[in-house]
Order: sequence, then C-alpha cells, then structure tokens
Amino acid sequence: MARFILGRLVKAVFILLAILVFNFFLIHAAPGDPAAVMAGEAGAGDPTYLAELRERFGLDQPLYVQLWIYIKGAVQLDLGYSLRQQMPVAELIADRLPATLLLTGVAFVLSLVFGVIAGVAASARQGSWGDTIISTLALLFYATPLFWVALMAALVFSVWLEWLPGFGYQSIGAGYTGLAHAWDVTKHLILPASTLGLFFMAIYMRMTRASMLEVSRLDFVKTARAKGLKRRVIQRRHILRNALLPVITLAGLQAGQIFGGAILTETVFAWPGIGRLMFEAINQRDYNVILGVFYISAAMVLLFNLITDVVYVIIDPRIRLTG
Amino acid sequence: MFKPIRHAAVALALVLAGPLAAQDATPQDGGTLNVVIQPEPPSLMLGIVQNGPTQMVAGDIYESLMWYDFDLEPHPLLAESWEISEDGKTYTFHLREGVTFHDGTPFTSADVKFSMDVFLRKMHSRMGQYMQHVESMETPDDHTVVFHLKQPFGPFLGIFEAGTAPMIPKHLYEGTDFANNPANNTPIGTGPFKFDEWVKGSYIHFVKNEDYYLDGLPHVDEIYYHVIPDAASRAVAYETGKVDVLPGGSIENFDVPRVRDMENTCITDKGWEYFAPLSWMWVNLDHKPLDDVKVRKAMMHALDRQFARDALWNGLGKIATGPVASTTKFHAADTPDISYDPEKAKQLLAESSYDGETIQILGLPYGETWQRWAEAVKQNFEEIGINSEIVPSDVAGWNQKVSDRDFDVAFTYLYQYGDPALGVSRTYMGDNADPGSPWNNVANYQNPETDKLFDEAAVMADHEERRAAYKEIQDMIVADVPNLWLLELGFPTIYRCNVKNPVNTAFGVNDGFRKVWIEKK
Repeated sequence: MARFILGRLVKAVFILLAILVFNFFLIHAAPGDPAAVMAGEAGAGDPTYLAELRERFGLDQPLYVQLWIYIKGAVQLDLGYSLRQQMPVAELIADRLPATLLLTGVAFVLSLVFGVIAGVAASARQGSWGDTIISTLALLFYATPLFWVALMAALVFSVWLEWLPGFGYQSIGAGYTGLAHAWDVTKHLILPASTLGLFFMAIYMRMTRASMLEVSRLDFVKTARAKGLKRRVIQRRHILRNALLPVITLAGLQAGQIFGGAILTETVFAWPGIGRLMFEAINQRDYNVILGVFYISAAMVLLFNLITDVVYVIIDPRIRLTG
Repeated sequence: MFKPIRHAAVALALVLAGPLAAQDATPQDGGTLNVVIQPEPPSLMLGIVQNGPTQMVAGDIYESLMWYDFDLEPHPLLAESWEISEDGKTYTFHLREGVTFHDGTPFTSADVKFSMDVFLRKMHSRMGQYMQHVESMETPDDHTVVFHLKQPFGPFLGIFEAGTAPMIPKHLYEGTDFANNPANNTPIGTGPFKFDEWVKGSYIHFVKNEDYYLDGLPHVDEIYYHVIPDAASRAVAYETGKVDVLPGGSIENFDVPRVRDMENTCITDKGWEYFAPLSWMWVNLDHKPLDDVKVRKAMMHALDRQFARDALWNGLGKIATGPVASTTKFHAADTPDISYDPEKAKQLLAESSYDGETIQILGLPYGETWQRWAEAVKQNFEEIGINSEIVPSDVAGWNQKVSDRDFDVAFTYLYQYGDPALGVSRTYMGDNADPGSPWNNVANYQNPETDKLFDEAAVMADHEERRAAYKEIQDMIVADVPNLWLLELGFPTIYRCNVKNPVNTAFGVNDGFRKVWIEKK
C-alpha cells in the first residue's frame, strides 16, 4: 500500500506540473490583461500609464519568461503576488480558506449523510409513497439551477420570513465572540450550505437508491435471506456496503472541489470564499491569483482521488491496489 | 412595437423632489452607516487606483484642496482661498492651518507639492497629462502653494477633487517604491474617516476621525462598506435592512422601482454632475460602410433612445444631444438634430452606400441593463433595414476588442470630468487615436478643424471665448456623427430617508460622508 501511495504521489507531481503549464497558457489565451482591466476601471488609458502598469506587473516580459518565473516559484510553493490586490497570493487564499472550507465541508457532510440515508430509505420500499416523495424531491433538486434555488431561499427565509440572514459570513459590526459568534456564523451558514448541498444530496440519493436496488437482487443477498438474517442486517452489512462504491467515487470528486469553493453560492450569498476570489480574478485577469487557486484545487483533486482509491480497499476487501 | 413607460418616469420625478426639500432638522451625532460597495475595490490607495469603487470608499480618507457644488463651482476644503493671476498662468493656494493627517502629522504645502509634482504625476492615470501644463511649483511657506503654468489652462481649477488630486502624506511615501509601499494597505489622509479594517471579500470598516478640522463633523461614528457580489443580493441587503445606502448602479435597473417604493426610502440622481457619465456607441470609421456619414446618420436616427431611457433606465438620465453632457460647463443646446426618426433613417439609408452588411454590435459587459440595451439597438437597426449581430464578451475581452478596434459599433460610457478639455477632447482628437487604449479616440475621428479648436479652447483664459469655441466644436462633431450618442446616464443613489445628506456635492457619495447624519427613529 505504501508503495502504491508513493508511486501515485510521484505521478501526481508531474500531472500537477502539466496542469500548471496548461492553465498558464489557457489564461494568457483569454483576451485582455490585468493592466488593461485596471486602466479600464479608472476610465483612462494614457498609453504611458498602461506601459507603466505593464512594466510594474512584469507583463512586458516575453511569455516564456513569465512562465519560467511562475513555475520556478510554484515548485517552491511560492504562488506569487496578486497584481491587482498587491498581496501575496498565498495570503489571499489563506484568508478565504476558512470560510470556504466551512461552507463546502458542511455542505459535503450534509449532502453525503442525508443523501445516503434518503437513498437507503427510498430503496427499502421501492414503489411506496415514501419512495415516490423522496425520488421526486431528489429529481427536483437535481434539475433546479443552483442560483435560482439560492435566490429563492434568500427571498423566502430572509426577506419574507426573516428567519435567517440572507447574505454574508457574520453579522458585521456586531462584535460577537465565543459561542455567540459561532451561533451567528451558523445562522449565516444554513442557507448557503443547504443550497449548495441540495444538488449533491440529490445525486447521492439517486445513486444510493439505484445501487441498493441493484445489489439487493444479487445472489448473495438471497443467500443471506435464506440464512434467516434480519432484514436490517442484510441491508446494512450486505447491501449498503456493496452499494456504496459508486457513491464513494462521486464523494471523492466532490471532496476534491472543497478547496475550490463554490462560485455561484458564494456569489449569491456574499460568502467570502475562494470561489469568488477565483471568479473575480478571472474577470480581472489577475493571472497569479487564478493560477494559484487552480494549483491548489488541482492538488486537492489529485489528493482526494488517491484517498478515494484507498477508501475502496477499506470498504471492499476484494479490491487490491497495484502501483 | 416599443411603448415608452411614461408613468414610471412621472412617479420617479415626484420621488426625486422629496429628499431635497427636507434637510433643515438639527443634525444628530452617532450611529453606524452601512453602505454597499460593488465591486470590491482592488486597493484603497486613491493616488494609485482611481476606479469607481476605490474612489467611493477612499473619498472618506483622502481629500483635495476644494469641493465642488452641483454647478461645479469650487469651494474651500484643504485650501482656504486662492488667487489666479491676470494672465491665467499663476495659481496661488492658501492652505487651511491646523490640518493633520490621520497619524497626527501636520498637512503642509510640502505635501501638496509632493502629491502633485511627484506622486500623482507618476502614479495617477490622468494627472500625468494634466501636470504637463504646469511649468513649476513653489511653496513659499508651509501654507502657500503656487503653480506656474506654461500657458493658461481653462479646467485647472476643476482638478482639485479627491479622485483627481488626492493629498498624499509625503512623510510616508517620499523616496519609497510607491506601488509596493506597505502604507498602501493602511491608507492615511486628512479626511473625515479613518481606515480601521478591511476583511477581503466581506467588508471595509472606517471610524470617525475625532480630530477632523471641520467643527462638529463628521456626525456618524463609523462606516461599514459591505461587499456583496450579486446584484439581486444587494437589493435583498437593502430590503432586509442590512445596508442603508445603495450608491448609483448597485442594483439592477429593473429592481429599482421595487426598492424605491419601499417605506422610508429616498432616491436622488444628484451627485454625478462632475463625472456626468455619457454613453454612446463608438462607430468604427475605418470599417466600410461606416465611413459613410449617411449610414451613420441613418443609424443615429434609428435609435429610440426615449424607449431605452424609460424602459431600461427607469426614466432616469437624459437623451444626449452630442459629445458634451448637459450638466457640465460648455454644453451647447442647439446642435444639429439627432432625434429618433425611423422614416428619415430609412431614407438616409437608401441614399447611402449600405449594402446589407452585418454590423457587429459589441455590448458593454456591465450587467443586464446593457445587454438588453444592445438587444434594443439591434432591433432599432433591423427596423430600418440594417442587419446586425451582438458580440458577447466579458470586461477584459471588451477592453481588448475596443483597444484593438475589433468591432463595428461598440457601447461605452465615459466620464466628462467637468470640462471638455479633460473629458471630451480625448475622444475626438485626431492625434489621440492610436489603437491600444479603449478610452481615446477609438472611432478614429479625423477632423483638423475640431482638433485645432480643441487645442485653442483648452488654453483660452476667457470663459466666454471658450464657450464659443466649444459651441463650434459641438456643431461640427454632431453634424459628422462619428459616434452614436445615447444617454447622459442617471445613476440614482437610493437610501433610507433618515440618513441625511448622503449627497452634497457634484461627486455625490464619492466625496466622503463628512456631512451625513442619521436621524434616530
């Protein structure tokens, strides 16, 4: 197992490097550059001013030189400097990381737990009214655009019912500490986390349900029943454990996105996370910030793919890891 | 098929009359002001970054020598008084005494000289050009500054506002690398509020400057600028009471009627007189058949701008009559007619060299309103028989396309900066047409006569002489229709009626909330 993990990590480094180079060219292929965007926002385009900005940002260098400088830094885990915000990219990302992890992490756990439970419940009595309700809801959540759900949730729970704050990470200027602060953040977290979680919850539910039904028709389940095992035990130990593999594959994918944030949800709910940082950086062509977020996200996806593979082994002993 | 929604405009006119009438109560001290800021500014160092959001927030921190009323007349701020020599070449400013920066250092003439002559000349997006008119600067004593100009420069007295000429503390910046000075993260000025904290992606917090030099000001204790990236969420933030002031352009135009009808809500379109944002479509004069003045005239007369104003801009703003906005000095009223007249447009088109070419319309990627406006224009063109298609882009892509002159017609809007020599000539001067910038003479309009007049008018000392020159310029340019002028945009500031005086000057909410006070209910 150790050899397998080591081998994968070595490969990951090369994949990461390839992703970096690819991203670098991708971003530079987009029209416009940060200097033009900044001058544009100032509504002035004195050519000497633009030239001064480009020189300050190092954009007057040939592309391969810029790439070399970036790769050299990235290899040493130096993500460079935000041209626009005049701050180290690592610092910018670190600032946004707690909020993002809280949002995507909670959404991940919520959607996985409730999705699997709902899937198991629905599959237990296929065709019953309970199954119909759960399946219909899941289809609805799966098909509704996220931004619409987000806006409606804000409208209903924040504007009409006034139960929950509609945006932000905390009550600004309230100066809460300790438990009061935790409760305040929790209240702010409910709408964005459940909005973000709904879509994945629907996927997990559908996947769990389908997979459970499929496994429950297999011979070994019949055997278990014939042995006289209790229905509950068969469900949990025989069916669910086998049915979880596809769910884990998906969970691994979602987990990889945890560090990338959630652009739509963060934007609608003014959640100060990484998704927004990246989206704004793309609009502003703040190259180093975009590359920095991509770099970290890519690393996380690779890491979680590896973890997923290891989890397979734990859940299903038939699977062997070979480097 | 378009029907103007006139009742909306009437209702709005009634609402607009409201807030200006009631301002006579005694100001109350204290309270917190919650304001929306969009998008999040890249930096608060106004001497280096001059975009809208930076200016709006940093206008509380940095100040300049004067403030300007709604008629753009200058009034004393950091300068107590000033004199202009007979020949219009020497300006002497007498500075207010006892002014200190937020760190306690006194503000003196040395700071003015450093700001204008060193810092802004190098770092500011526009000041470099303005300072080319200045031969030298003198500081005979701590509270006197003298500018010697090369020749008279008409707009000179109009550049001493915070966004153009912010006063930078010399003791923090002299001899440093301005762009990377750590002081940029903790901006220090002379203004009514002091920087406290900036949580990126969330909010910016300012506190009252207790040592402010104007007696009794500012009134409010603190200001929070809330960063809310989604336009619909910004409307929700106001509706739920999280913020009290929505600066112009914070919410989508179609949300404005709903929000302004709320209880205790006031709206004003004042505070944009200096910038006077004027929208138009560039016409690429190097592309056929757009070099034909008849095609351009046909396009101009095809545009139903009344509809755009009423349906897309909630009846706010004015239909533009030419290159100079009506709120600024030197606007000429009776220029050649460019009004909506589809019949005339069809006739002009028939006489022109237009032969069914598809005109590429580059919309402005600034949200829904602009997208819909491009669609309305496309329809207007089709109604007189011009084929067109809309080219999508994002902000950076738009910049690039306009800089590279890769379009047929392109939406834009630009600030006028109070004077045609600052805000208008740059987009029509023949020698300012090189590709590479989206803010110069993008259309590549070449007219030696107007070039000469623009040059002369900028350096005339006499106001009336200038007026006559600009009238002639406007007549000639409007007759040529190098651009399709659209609207003098209205960006209404929406606020709770118990927030008093949010807009006091020609810069509106950009000018610092020194006079704002909150009436307790």
